[in-house]
Amino acid sequence: MSKKIVRIEDISSDTEKLSHVDDADLMPLPADLDEPEWGAVPDSTKEQFACILDDTAILPIPLPKTQEEERALVEKFLSGMEKLFTAENNWTFLAQLVTTMDHCAKCNTCSASCHIYEASGQNEIYRPTYRTEVFRRIYKKYVKKEMWSDWRNGKLDLTWQTVARLGELAYRCNICRRCAQTCPIGADNGLVAREIRKIFSQEMGITTPELHEKGSMLQLKTGSSTNMSSLVVKDNMEFIDEDISEMTGYQYETPWDVKGAEILLIHNAGEILAWPDNVGAFAIILEAAKKAGIIESWTLSSDLAAYDSINYGVFYDDVQYARTALLQAQAAKKLGVKKIILGECGHAHKALTVIADRVLPAELLTPRESCFPLLRDIVMSGKIDFDPGRNDFPVTIHDPCNVTRLMGIIKPQREVVRRLCPQFREMVPNGPHNYCCGGGSGFAIMTRNNIPDWRHKVAGRKKLSQILHAFDDCRGPETPKYVCAPCSNCKGQIRDIFDRYDMKQKEGLIYAGLVELIVNAMTDVKEGFIKWEDDY
Amino acid sequence: MSIIAYLIAYVAIVAFMGAVVAKILDYKRLPQHVRWELYPVAHEEGDRAKYGGSYYEDVDWWKRERSQSRLGELKVMIPEILLLKGVWEHNRPLWWVSFPFHFGLYLLVGFAGLILLGAVAQAAGLSIYPGASGAMGLLLLATSVLGPVAFGLCALGALGLLLRRLTNEELRNYSSPGNYLNLALFLVVLAVATYTWRVADPEFFLMRGFVHSLITFKLARFSSGLLALEMILIFGLLAYIPLTHMSHFFMKYFLWHDIRWGDAPNIDTPETDRRIQQALGQPVSWAAEHVHADGKKSWVEIASMNPMRPDGTDPE
Repeated sequence: MSKKIVRIEDISSDTEKLSHVDDADLMPLPADLDEPEWGAVPDSTKEQFACILDDTAILPIPLPKTQEEERALVEKFLSGMEKLFTAENNWTFLAQLVTTMDHCAKCNTCSASCHIYEASGQNEIYRPTYRTEVFRRIYKKYVKKEMWSDWRNGKLDLTWQTVARLGELAYRCNICRRCAQTCPIGADNGLVAREIRKIFSQEMGITTPELHEKGSMLQLKTGSSTNMSSLVVKDNMEFIDEDISEMTGYQYETPWDVKGAEILLIHNAGEILAWPDNVGAFAIILEAAKKAGIIESWTLSSDLAAYDSINYGVFYDDVQYARTALLQAQAAKKLGVKKIILGECGHAHKALTVIADRVLPAELLTPRESCFPLLRDIVMSGKIDFDPGRNDFPVTIHDPCNVTRLMGIIKPQREVVRRLCPQFREMVPNGPHNYCCGGGSGFAIMTRNNIPDWRHKVAGRKKLSQILHAFDDCRGPETPKYVCAPCSNCKGQIRDIFDRYDMKQKEGLIYAGLVELIVNAMTDVKEGFIKWEDDY
Repeated sequence: MSIIAYLIAYVAIVAFMGAVVAKILDYKRLPQHVRWELYPVAHEEGDRAKYGGSYYEDVDWWKRERSQSRLGELKVMIPEILLLKGVWEHNRPLWWVSFPFHFGLYLLVGFAGLILLGAVAQAAGLSIYPGASGAMGLLLLATSVLGPVAFGLCALGALGLLLRRLTNEELRNYSSPGNYLNLALFLVVLAVATYTWRVADPEFFLMRGFVHSLITFKLARFSSGLLALEMILIFGLLAYIPLTHMSHFFMKYFLWHDIRWGDAPNIDTPETDRRIQQALGQPVSWAAEHVHADGKKSWVEIASMNPMRPDGTDPE
């Protein structure tokens, strides 16, 4: 391993790249797998954008061509940073940010907790404190204007390279906040990554197209980042209803826009296109629960943004976050539902339940709840028959960070799999101490340039290692194994890692959500809901 | 020299208290922040605090009565503060030097408490003299034992932290001259305190006398230059601490209780609603085009407008 220290001051240097990840440095995997080759960032991208951090390019920061443009980049960033530390522009996160800036003891206790730092072979620039330390030195010297700042806080030249690299470095963090969990003081380096993204988006207008143009803006325009309008989504759901009813022998029809319904279910609309079995399974379970008298009624909403629970603003932009949350809350209010239930999407859970709690006005605070406690109550009610024998294969569960570490929903999903899956086993560590899948904070939907290489080989490496270890007693392709990943973004990432490392052929691994396991075990449903033969 | 030492001590006490209060007020004046908690949350009920569960694990959680366990918080905070449990678990090499430093500081606080107690007793007319028996004897003994142990342990930790920061390349990368100075200051103060104890004040009568003068405002002259130096350094350090990141010794309360464990749901909380309304009414001046801010429009106005449907049209 060729571990090199990259100095904090190096971020300002006029060099082609700050760091490089070599295959030889990567954390070993518990299997003899072919390591996929790194792709290169296309020359056309390098000519247009500042690709000077490492081997990857995520945030399209226009490459300054003149000294004026270089200066403008720095000034714009500083202007955003000043606003970030004002109560009127950043009331949402000012307290968390200021305390992190002022009280970090620079002990690097958080380093070992970061899956990206570990998987990269402890590449210095991925250490949780690296970007924070750069950011802190800029803050103390240029925003807070502390006397003798270089001496008190450490030196740093603020060049256009510093700004460009810091922006890019904000997209080398999954914002899973595992580092914050281990901080003895309570500082939050994950938040710093998000706040840097915010400066670039809200002040500089520089964002990733996946999160912004094709994400939150598209959702505000058509209602969903999938670009499905309400008509299209209803059509698609009708098709899924027919298909799943035929496949399972369980006849149902998805209800839309039912006024006064007990439950407004909001899916991540990506499920409808990529994993229709998931939305079908939800419908079957809720219909069965209704027939059994466990719930009164449920509905989907066809209002703008209310049939897609995603809220990518959580990852990079408070304004976009607030606009989306507001639309979803207004849709619930309009229907007069008793509560909103979030489907299997981690960041949507966090966005609409926890964060919205102190953003939405009181009159829009319809109670919001995770799907997992309801699913647990339905399964454990004894009113629906299940045959756990149908799920008699090794199963492990992945904990989406937003649901577990950030919301504390740990047991309900476990009670379900323990009841229905005789060969359930945990990953280590799990629950609130889990590792991110590597797709968190928006990476799962990014496929430009060579982003997937970094996402699979570095960000997702620890999760792949954990999954393989969970099945240490039944490795190899002869035993089919199921990874329950009840979150759309996590599923997308796990799908891509499995595909990249050929996990179907080599280890017999498939992945899907929790509701698929439930329906697979329902005796009212034809056997074989889970499809082992499908490609990723 | 005596007067200068007394003066510095008074100024330092006021500066220390002022800085602590100012920092706390600064934090309290910050606007209502969004919830950003991290689990496990120690005040969760039952075994939820242990496995990291929350009230969100219940269907219709908002209908249930929610109680918080202060005992649960203490169960986490006591080992965290006293034993640096988090550092033990996640950064063992650092713990071996960080723990003696921090525990030494706690002992120093205890030692200072005993000195103050003795001074108060003196002020109340009780006599403290070498070889005293009874409660005063016990106090003398405890002070005499605790002082050197605290000085030694804290100095050992400070030296270890300084050496580790100087010799470990990964830590050095993140360290500023100010960070080294902080530790060096502790070392100097503790070295002087230890030396004074050894050569001039083995049972801390001089130190107690100094504190007695401070609290009674009867500033008795003293001849020991070493004591004056010791007091100037100790009180100087006291005033300096809250001006640095070391203010985490009290700000940690807010980082943990208000942010990390700040899971209070916004149900029937008019004060929270009022603060949210206040925050939402503030003007926004972010410059990116999609924000559509002009420095006058409020958060409510900005969040209520849809930049992709400015006229409210439906693309269908």
